Amino acid sequence: MIPAIGLALGVVLGLVLQPNVPVVLQPYLPIAVVAALDALFGGLRALLDGLFDDRVFLVSFLSNVVVAAVIVYLGDQLGVGTQLSTGVVVVLGIRIFSNAAAIRRHLFKA
Amino acid sequence: MVDESVSDGEPRAAVADASAGADEVRPRHGGATEPQVPRRLDTPWRKLIRALSPRPTRAQALAGLLCALVGFALVVQVSQAQSDGLANLRQSDLVRLLDEVTQRGDALTQEQSDLKQQVDQLQTGSSSSQAAITAAREAATTEGILAGRLPAEGPGVRVTITGTVTAAGMLNVLEELRNAGAEVIQVNDERIVVSSSFSDRDGSVILDGTELVEPYRWLAIGDADTLQPALEVPGGATAALRNAGATVKITALEKVEISAVRIPQLPQHAETAPSGGS
Repeated sequence: MIPAIGLALGVVLGLVLQPNVPVVLQPYLPIAVVAALDALFGGLRALLDGLFDDRVFLVSFLSNVVVAAVIVYLGDQLGVGTQLSTGVVVVLGIRIFSNAAAIRRHLFKA
Repeated sequence: MVDESVSDGEPRAAVADASAGADEVRPRHGGATEPQVPRRLDTPWRKLIRALSPRPTRAQALAGLLCALVGFALVVQVSQAQSDGLANLRQSDLVRLLDEVTQRGDALTQEQSDLKQQVDQLQTGSSSSQAAITAAREAATTEGILAGRLPAEGPGVRVTITGTVTAAGMLNVLEELRNAGAEVIQVNDERIVVSSSFSDRDGSVILDGTELVEPYRWLAIGDADTLQPALEVPGGATAALRNAGATVKITALEKVEISAVRIPQLPQHAETAPSGGS
């Protein structure tokens, strides 16, 4: 319940504040969001697997975000930022899908 | 959350596995839902519900915080992406975009000038063809009047003849009129055309197969000041008619209306000579 409330709170806060993303962060925010979504799904899966650990969750969340941002940054420096961003999004998307599939199997046995 | 599933949940699952309605469960839950608890603990739904039920543990607080972070970032990013697509792009993308837009603009400018040229051409063409159509219409009108195909009006004279006349006398009048420059001529209700002819039959005059009856009324369009003297010239056409006993009355009119028409027959054998073209 608290995570759901937190999610709703974050959404409302974002809608109310409408902050401007600093230019420096603009290329990394979308990737970071996708990485965080991946971490969230991973956490949910771990919860259903009975393996959830809050320390692991925090570390994986932060490391996912940071690593994704670093990869994009590196790509920008190497001149392949767009392609690398696409690659990161694809990989994270695949992970999200596989996590979602595991969750689905847990919940619906299908 | 982890505390529940790992350190808290696993013992319970172990209990559930061990046996239904184990005594060890009772102290923790007060026994109210004791019989169902062990069975439900197995299902993922139960786990989910348990995880969602608000408990002030560290895991819950952490997950709530991170979820709030994700929700916040998600909304910010969405509004960012919607508000301005260009602001999120990298410099290289922007350069590429600018390049594309410039090229597209050039292509469109080129297309615009092409189309303008086309419009000019079409307008010129349509005005020249319009002029051709007008000229053709005027020519058709002129030729229609001359050929007797169209009714006509204009200044001219009216010649009324009563008494006995012959085809030769009528022909004289016609020749006189033509010599004096009459453009359109009508006798009674018959239009005089190139092929018109007078003939005598049983004391009456036939014009193109139609018998003319008295009084013979000539209408001619032309310069009345020329036509009238030409007819009345001494020893001329009217003088001959008067000598033969007929009465001739010539009136100059400001406006003569000639309504009789003759539909010309299409030539069956003659064609336009190629060199003589239009």
